[in-house]
Amino acid sequence: MSVVDRQEWDVVVVGAGGAGLRAAIEARERGARTAVICKSLFGKAHTVMAEGGIAAAMANVNSHDNWQVHFRDTMRGGKFLNQWRMAELHAREAPDRVWELETWGALFDRTKDGRISQRNFGGHEYPRLAHVGDRTGLELIRTLQQKIVSLQQEDKKETGDYESRLKVFQECTVTRVLKDGSRVSGVFAYERETGRFFVLEAPSVVIATGGIGKSFKVTSNSWEYTGDGHALALLAGAPLLNMEFVQFHPTGMVWPPSVKGILVTESVRGDGGVLRNSEGKRFMFDYVPDVFKEKYAESEAEGDRWYEDPDHNRRPPELLPRDEVARAINSEVKAGRGTPHGGVFLDVSTRMPADVIRRRLPSMYHQFKELADVDITAEAMEVGPTCHYVMGGIAVESDTAAARNVQGLFAAGEVAGGMHGSNRLGGNSLSDLLVFGRRAGLHAAEYANTLAARPTVDEVQIDTAAAEALRPFSAEGTEASAGPPENPYTLHQELQQAMNDLVGIIRREGEMEQALEKLADLRVRAWRAGVEGHRQFNPGWHLSLDLRNMLLVSECVARAALERRESRGGHTREDHPAMDREWRRVNLLCALTDPAGQKATDPASGQIDLTRETTEPIRADLLALFEKEELVKYLAEEELYE
Amino acid sequence: MSGYTAHFKVWRGDVKGGGLEDFKVDVNEGEVVLDIIHRLQATQAPDLAVRWNCKAGKCGSCSAEINGRPRLLCMTRMSVFTPEETITVTPLRAFPVIRDLVTDVGFNYTKAREVPSFVPPADLAPGEYRMMQEDVDRSQEFRKCIECFLCQDTCHVVRDHEENKSAFAGPRFLMRVAELDMHPLDAAEASGLDRKRTAQEEHGLGYCNITKCCSEVCPEGIHITDNALIPLKERAVDRKYDPLVWLGSKIRRRGADS
Amino acid sequence: MATDTGTDSDTDPDPDERGGVRTRTRAAIDAPHLRTDRWWLAPAATAAGLLAFIVYSTWRAFANADYYAAPYVSPFYSPCLADNCAPMRNGPNADLFGSWWGISPAIIILVFPLGFRLTCYYYRKAYYRGFWASPPACAVAEPHKKYTGETRFPLVFQNLHRYFFYAALLVAGILTYDTVLSFRDEHYNWGHMGLGSLVFLLNITLIWAYTLSCHSCRHIVGGKLKHFSKHPVRYRAWQWVGKLNARHMQLAWASLVSVGLADFYVYLVASGAFDDPRFF
Repeated sequence: MSVVDRQEWDVVVVGAGGAGLRAAIEARERGARTAVICKSLFGKAHTVMAEGGIAAAMANVNSHDNWQVHFRDTMRGGKFLNQWRMAELHAREAPDRVWELETWGALFDRTKDGRISQRNFGGHEYPRLAHVGDRTGLELIRTLQQKIVSLQQEDKKETGDYESRLKVFQECTVTRVLKDGSRVSGVFAYERETGRFFVLEAPSVVIATGGIGKSFKVTSNSWEYTGDGHALALLAGAPLLNMEFVQFHPTGMVWPPSVKGILVTESVRGDGGVLRNSEGKRFMFDYVPDVFKEKYAESEAEGDRWYEDPDHNRRPPELLPRDEVARAINSEVKAGRGTPHGGVFLDVSTRMPADVIRRRLPSMYHQFKELADVDITAEAMEVGPTCHYVMGGIAVESDTAAARNVQGLFAAGEVAGGMHGSNRLGGNSLSDLLVFGRRAGLHAAEYANTLAARPTVDEVQIDTAAAEALRPFSAEGTEASAGPPENPYTLHQELQQAMNDLVGIIRREGEMEQALEKLADLRVRAWRAGVEGHRQFNPGWHLSLDLRNMLLVSECVARAALERRESRGGHTREDHPAMDREWRRVNLLCALTDPAGQKATDPASGQIDLTRETTEPIRADLLALFEKEELVKYLAEEELYE
Repeated sequence: MSGYTAHFKVWRGDVKGGGLEDFKVDVNEGEVVLDIIHRLQATQAPDLAVRWNCKAGKCGSCSAEINGRPRLLCMTRMSVFTPEETITVTPLRAFPVIRDLVTDVGFNYTKAREVPSFVPPADLAPGEYRMMQEDVDRSQEFRKCIECFLCQDTCHVVRDHEENKSAFAGPRFLMRVAELDMHPLDAAEASGLDRKRTAQEEHGLGYCNITKCCSEVCPEGIHITDNALIPLKERAVDRKYDPLVWLGSKIRRRGADS
Repeated sequence: MATDTGTDSDTDPDPDERGGVRTRTRAAIDAPHLRTDRWWLAPAATAAGLLAFIVYSTWRAFANADYYAAPYVSPFYSPCLADNCAPMRNGPNADLFGSWWGISPAIIILVFPLGFRLTCYYYRKAYYRGFWASPPACAVAEPHKKYTGETRFPLVFQNLHRYFFYAALLVAGILTYDTVLSFRDEHYNWGHMGLGSLVFLLNITLIWAYTLSCHSCRHIVGGKLKHFSKHPVRYRAWQWVGKLNARHMQLAWASLVSVGLADFYVYLVASGAFDDPRFF
C-alpha cells in the first residue's frame, strides 16, 4: 500500500499565495531546500483577488504617518484583541517588505515625485495603501512568482536544474501533516491531475493555505478556501485561536445570483464612493459607534471636504472599519430600506467623472460591466455583506510564526490567527502575508538547518492517510444499511447554507446550537460521501476530501461563536450586542477532542474542544501610544492599573 | 430572460481519446458558462474536470474554448447566446489535454523560466527607487496580465505548429520581455543582457506575424500586439537592422574594450 | 500584394501524424475549428478589398496615360522621374532616369508607397490572414504544414518597414506639394479651386494621418525611449501618435481608397470623361 513516491526537502510550504511564496523565497534564501505545494496552478492563488493595496506606513503621501500610527489603527480595528506583538512587528516591518518588492520588479502606482503612491482605506488614519490600480494582489503574486522564477534561474546556473533548491508542486493537495512524535516529519499529498499520492519528508512545514470562506454560501472566496491549513494544524495537534471572528466584507456584489458575494473593493469608498439606502439617504452617519465618534465626520459636507483636505476635516463614516459598515448595511436591508436585490447602493457615478472612475477602478468597471451589465460610471452598484476573511486561525508565536505544540510547524497569512484581533483592516492582509510569510520562512529554515537529526516518516501514518484519501471511492460498500453514498456537492451546499444562516453576520445562541446539530448530521453523512469515476482530475473526489476540513473548521467557528458572549469586530451576537471589556482578555482556543484516538473518526460526536486563555498584557510603551480616554473603552480595570 | 433549458456539448475524455458529449441543462438569469459547468458537475457529471478559481475574471484559471473561441468560462455570460443555440465547450486546443476541460499548460511555465528576470539596479537600495508614473504606465499595462494563456492558445504559431513550441515563447512571454525592456529601472543592459536581442534570438519574436489574435482574445484588453510585440520588433530593428545604430554600437563597444 | 509568407508545403514526414490542433496529445477533435460565427467574413472582405485595389492600381500604373490634367497630377505618377513623363509646369517632374526608361514612370515611384504598405504592420495582418490564411481567423486552423513567420528570407525584410516609412514621408511631402499645386487653374494661375482640389486635400490629409500613425513612427518619435519623464516633448508626441496609431487600420483603408479615388478623378478629367467643376 505504502509504495508512494517520497522526496526529501528541508522546508515544505503548503500554499502558494502571498504568504506561502514569501515564506518559500525566504527559506530558499536562507539555504533551505524548499518545496511549495499548492492546489491551483502556480500564480493563481486567492491573493490575486486582493484589490485595494498593501498597508505600510511609508509616509509617502502624508508625512505624519509612521509605524506607531499604523499599529494604533490596527489595534483599534481589531478592538484590542490583536496579538499585540504581531501588530507591532507588522507595522514596523511592512514598509521594508513593500520596498523589497520593488527590487524584485513590482511596479506600484507612483506619486508625483516618483515614490510609491498610497491611498486611503477604511480604519487607516493616513493614506497608507501601496497599490496598483485595483489589482494590487495580482501585482503581489506576480512579483513573488517572478522572484521565485529568478531564484530558480540562479539555481539552474549553479546546479543545472531549475528545481534543485526550490520547487513548486502545483495542483497538489496536502491531506495530512505527518509527525515523528511531537515533531513534524513531512506531508502526505496527492496530485490532482493523476490522483497519485506522494510524501514530502521535511522537518519544517509552513502552512499558508488562506481562509475558510467556502464554508459559507455568500463569500468572496474561491473554491480553494476550504480551511485546509486550519484542519491540517488541528489534526496535527496544533490549536486554533479565536475562530469566531469571521469578517464579512460590507460590499460584495448582490446581483446577478451567480456572482453574489464577489468582492467590490473598498477602494471604491476610499476614492469617494458613498453608500445610500433606497430612500437615497447616506445612512452611515447614523451608525458611527461611540468609540469612533471623534474620528469621523458628522455631516456630509465635512465628509466630502475630507477627500481634498484630510488634515482639517474628519473622514466620512463610509470609511469605518469593515465590521461596522457590514452591520450597518445589514440593518438597513432588514429595516426594508434595501435595493431591489437586497443590498444597498454604492455610488461613484455622481461623485467622479467617468474617465477618472475608469482609470482608478478599472477592474471594478470591468467586473460590473461584464458580470452584471452595470456601468458604474453611470449608475450605482448594488452591494451587500459577503464572507471575506477569517481573523481566527492557527495560534502562533508572534516572532517566529511557529504553531504551538508541534515542533517544526509554522503558519503565516490568513491561516494564522492573532494578528488582526477581532477585525482586520483593509490593506493589512497583504502586508501581513509579506511580514509573517517572511518570518515563517526564516524560522522554518533556521529550525531545519539547526536540527541535529531529521525526523523519520512513519509508514503507518502514510497508510492511514492513503486509506483516508481513498475512502470516497469505496463509500458505497462500507455500510450497506446506511443507503446510497452521499453526493459531496449536496453536502457542501447544505453546509454553506447552514453556516450562512446560522453562524453568519448576526448570531443568536439558539441558531448556533442548531448549527452544531446540523454539523453533526453533515459529519455523519460526509463519512459516506462517495464519488464515481477514477482518481484522475476528479473534482467530486477532491470536494469529498475537502469536506472533512470544512466541517472541522465550521465546528470551530460555531463552538467559539457560541462561547463568546459579547459582540466584537467580526463576531456579532444579537443576544449580547455590546462589547465587553472582560472578554478582551479572553482568547478561545480550539483543539481536537481526541487527537490520536478513535473519536477523531467517530463522526457522531463533536470533534472540537474549547479552552479559554488569558491574553498577554500589552507592553507598556505600546499602551502609551494611546490616550487614556480611549483605553478605558477597551481595557478592563485591572489592565489599566498595571 | 428567466430560466430555460440549454443544449450543451462538452468535450470529455483524456489524452487517449474522447469526444463531445451532449447535455440538457437548466440556465437561470444572470449566469455565466462556468455556472452551467458547475451545475453539470453537481447534477449530471460529478467527475467532469474543469479548472477554475476566482470566478471573477481575475485569476485566469478557467480558460477554455466556447463555440470555438478561446474564452474565460467565468466571463462568458449566458445572455450572449440565444436559448436555441447549442453551446460547445472544449478544452484549449493548443495544449495537451489532461482530462475533460483541463489541459497541461506546462509549456507556459517552461517559457516563463526562459525569460531572464528583472535586474535590479546595483546602486539603489530598497526604498530608494524613484519612478515616474508615465515611465511605468507601459509596463503596468502588461502586468495586468492574469496569465490565462488564452493568447498562447490562440496564437497560430504554436497552436497550428507543435514543432514551433521550442523556439517560440508566445505572446504572453514576449510581452514579458517587452515589460522588462520598458521597465524604467531594469538594469539588464548594464549587466550585459540585451533583451531586444534575446527577444529575437532566443524567444522567437520573428515567428510573430502580428495577426493580432492574441490581442483579440485577451480578457484584460491588453494591447499585446500594438503595445508590446510591435514595439519590441521595432526595438529589435534598432539593434539589428538599423545600420547607423549598428555602427554606433560597434564603435562604442570597441571604445569600451580598449 | 501576396507574397511568400514563409510557409511551405514540404511533404509531411509522418502522414499519420496530423499536426496543429490535431496533434495526438491534444483533445481529440477532428474539426479544424468549432467557430459558429461568420469568421470568414473579415478575411474574405479584406482579400476582396485588397484585390480590387491591386487590379485597379496595376491597370493604372501600367497604363502610362491619363495621369495629368492640369493642375492635377495623379498620386500614382508623382513624382514623375523619367524622360517620358507628361509635361507639368512646376509639377513634380525630375528627369532622373532619362530616356532609357521605356515603361510607365509610375513604376519607379510606386515602389515606395507600395513597399511602405506592404511592410506595414496592419497590412501584414490583413494579407497574412486574407491571402495566406496564416491564420484565416483566430482559432481557425491554418492550412500550412510549416511556418517560420518572419524569421527568414524573404519575410525577414518586413523589418525594413522603418526605411519605407522614411521614404513615405518624402512621398507624402511631394503629394502635399501636388495638393498645393491643385489650387491653380488649368492655365497655372494661382488662387483657384476645383472639386479636384478637394479630392486632393482629402487624400493628402488621409495619407499624412496614415503615414504618421505608423507603428515605426510611433517608435521613432518616442516609443524607443526608456524614460518618458526625461523627454516631455517626445512623450507628448508619442501619445499623440499613439492616438492616431489606434486608428491605423481605419486610416490604412481610408487612405487606400482616397489615393485610388484621387487617381481616378485625374483619370476622369484627363481622359475627358468628366469636367472638373471649378469653384473659383
